Amino acid sequence: MQPLNPYLPDVATITEIIDETPAIKTFRVVLGEKRMKEFSFKPGQVGQLSVFGTGESTFVINSPPSRMDYLQFSVMRAGEVTSKLHSMSPGDQIGVRAPLGNWFPYEDLKGKNIVFVGGGIGMAPLRTLLLYMLDNRGDYGDISLLYGARTPQDMAFQYELPDWLGRDDLKTQLTVDVESEGWEHSVGLIPNVLLEMEPSPENTVAVTCGPPIMIKFTIQALHKLGFQDNQIITTLEKRMKCGVGICGRCNIGTKYVCKDGPVFTYEELKQLPNEL
Amino acid sequence: MMEAKFIPGDKVPAWLAELAKERRTAVPRREGGAVVFRPFDPDQPVPLGRQATTPPKGSVFPQCEPLMVFRYEKDPASPDTSQVRVKETIDETPRLVVGGRPCDARGFATFDRVYDAEDVKDLNYLARREHTAFITMACPRPSSTCFCHWVGSGPADTECSDVLMTPVEGGYVLEPVTETGGELLQSSLLEDAGKRLDEAHAVHKRAAEGLGEAPDLSETPGKLLELFDDMGFWEEVSAKCISCGACTYLCPTCYCFNITDEACGAEGARLRTWDNCMSYQFTMEASGHNPRPTKAHRLKNRVGHKFSYYPTIHGGAIACCGCGRCIKHCPVSVDIREIVLKATAAESAEQE
Ligand SMILES: Cc1cc2nc3c(=O)[nH]c(=O)nc-3n(C[C@H](O)[C@H](O)[C@H](O)COP(=O)(O)OP(=O)(O)OC[C@H]3O[C@@H](n4cnc5c(N)ncnc54)[C@H](O)[C@@H]3O)c2cc1C
Ligand code: SF4
Ligand code: SF4
Ligand code: FES
Repeated sequence: MQPLNPYLPDVATITEIIDETPAIKTFRVVLGEKRMKEFSFKPGQVGQLSVFGTGESTFVINSPPSRMDYLQFSVMRAGEVTSKLHSMSPGDQIGVRAPLGNWFPYEDLKGKNIVFVGGGIGMAPLRTLLLYMLDNRGDYGDISLLYGARTPQDMAFQYELPDWLGRDDLKTQLTVDVESEGWEHSVGLIPNVLLEMEPSPENTVAVTCGPPIMIKFTIQALHKLGFQDNQIITTLEKRMKCGVGICGRCNIGTKYVCKDGPVFTYEELKQLPNEL
Repeated sequence: MMEAKFIPGDKVPAWLAELAKERRTAVPRREGGAVVFRPFDPDQPVPLGRQATTPPKGSVFPQCEPLMVFRYEKDPASPDTSQVRVKETIDETPRLVVGGRPCDARGFATFDRVYDAEDVKDLNYLARREHTAFITMACPRPSSTCFCHWVGSGPADTECSDVLMTPVEGGYVLEPVTETGGELLQSSLLEDAGKRLDEAHAVHKRAAEGLGEAPDLSETPGKLLELFDDMGFWEEVSAKCISCGACTYLCPTCYCFNITDEACGAEGARLRTWDNCMSYQFTMEASGHNPRPTKAHRLKNRVGHKFSYYPTIHGGAIACCGCGRCIKHCPVSVDIREIVLKATAAESAEQE
């Protein structure tokens, strides 16, 4: 068999764009018919999206593998590629190189209780795993979600929040940094709200994603609650280019975040050289 | 059995001219004070006597190459939308590099483990690698910056070469290493090597002896890791560095790259270009966070990658061929050998 060209993207067509927050848009894309049929991935894997002529950037595939009508990426405007993506419309074509990287250990998590802790755009990777687990609800124990953003307007996936809040097989807690008009949920920083929620570490795994500073304090809070390093799972972000462990950009010592990550347990992270 | 040959010095240009007809041939050329690899030109002298300033890395891994081209095409049925077409750009031109040193050719062994790995194949690289032959010049007199013997090589190493060429009195002995090498030695300009082969081997032996003893680097990977958080150490060894990146651009084993798009109207190319881990931008993220903010962090990664991380992943193979170019051409005389020795020794001093 002819080996695949790891740099060659599939051409994908944007079918829908959802305005999430002033800075985040969600893109639903489909690959060519044949490719879409054979495409498979695991929750937590990422893709390189490209706007031909501008460049490529890395995003989590945040639709779950249990829903394969389209691939969904939520993109926060940060620089060149993300700004260009934000200016596109349904019907436009982009490039997709996916799936890349490792995934959440969703098989090993079967039978366990799960605590999701997401901050800002960090909710995107968690959403994949959350929806996957909800689609396979019987395989998992109690599932709770703590999702925080700076203000209510910065909260992505708002159209899904009522469903998440209303379900009795999911315990959802939302929080924003400061008091806002009409906000009926928690106010306060994620680690503090987490301490108040006091999830039990018993047979539980915490999955967290968000800005580095949030992750740092969330892990401290989890430790306080009695979570061990191997009960904490997070994802890392590094500047990436090739996405397949060749270009030499995203290493931390011997590990390449694009290939060996982005998902790591805190136990694994502690064994890496300190270069986050 | 492939036979060794001899070529008198004055016939070399004619031989190169024959070879250059069959393959795109790069040879050393003097440019200003530097010796660089350029396409063979019968009107230009070919200086084979010294290690070139730049390695012939670009013959297989060009400083800039398209990975693919793309083109937006309007759909006549719905003029508002356009379709994009993408096409690979794989280059299978037969090539030949004459006059590189064993370290230069062996540099590609470092690439191969990454670009031709079990799980991913870099097809652009592989096509060029497979179609490029090397006639390599054994080093008769290693210079003071050479340390190929530290990294498991030597001045007459044949790894990644097709022909080993050795200067002897009045000409060169040519020893085929691969089948391709044998094919390159079919010219009627070449004579049987006969006794000259022994002369060539004597040259190899003298050169190897000239390099002296190599230090034991088997503990180096672990020791570099132990020093990871010792920023005092890294600040000291990088104090002089000005982050110019010359060390990476001149290095036969540095393989990091960037990918950028270049477009003109409805068409364009996705380009791969050499990149350089000594630059601040290399790991700079969109958020403004930079995991390697200072030159000490970056030099730590460069040395760590070559002498610790890469050997750990690739069965002990060091990602440095000991060519010494980064030492010879660093504008402020940073010497990677000193750093490696210091790191290797640092721990044992502490243990005593
Ligand atoms: C594993 C992973 C998953 C991610 N998932 C998401 C997601 O779901 N949604 C989202 O909005 N963002 C995500 N990001 C961050 C996103 O990749 C960057 O914000 C984005 O690359 C910025 O690109 P830009 O071209 O607009 O910015 P520019 O600053 O113009 O970037 C230029 C180049 O730098 C690189 N780059 C810059 N910053 C980063 C960064 N923080 N991480 C990686 N590469 C960077 C890109 O390769 C890009 O081509 C993820 C990053 C990683 C590593
Ligand atoms: S050549 Fe010397 S000064 Fe320039 S980046 Fe390399 S070590 Fe630093
Ligand atoms: S690190 Fe220096 S000595 Fe080693 S291969 Fe690169 S340029 Fe040559
Ligand atoms: S992005 Fe190229 S090595 Fe990880």
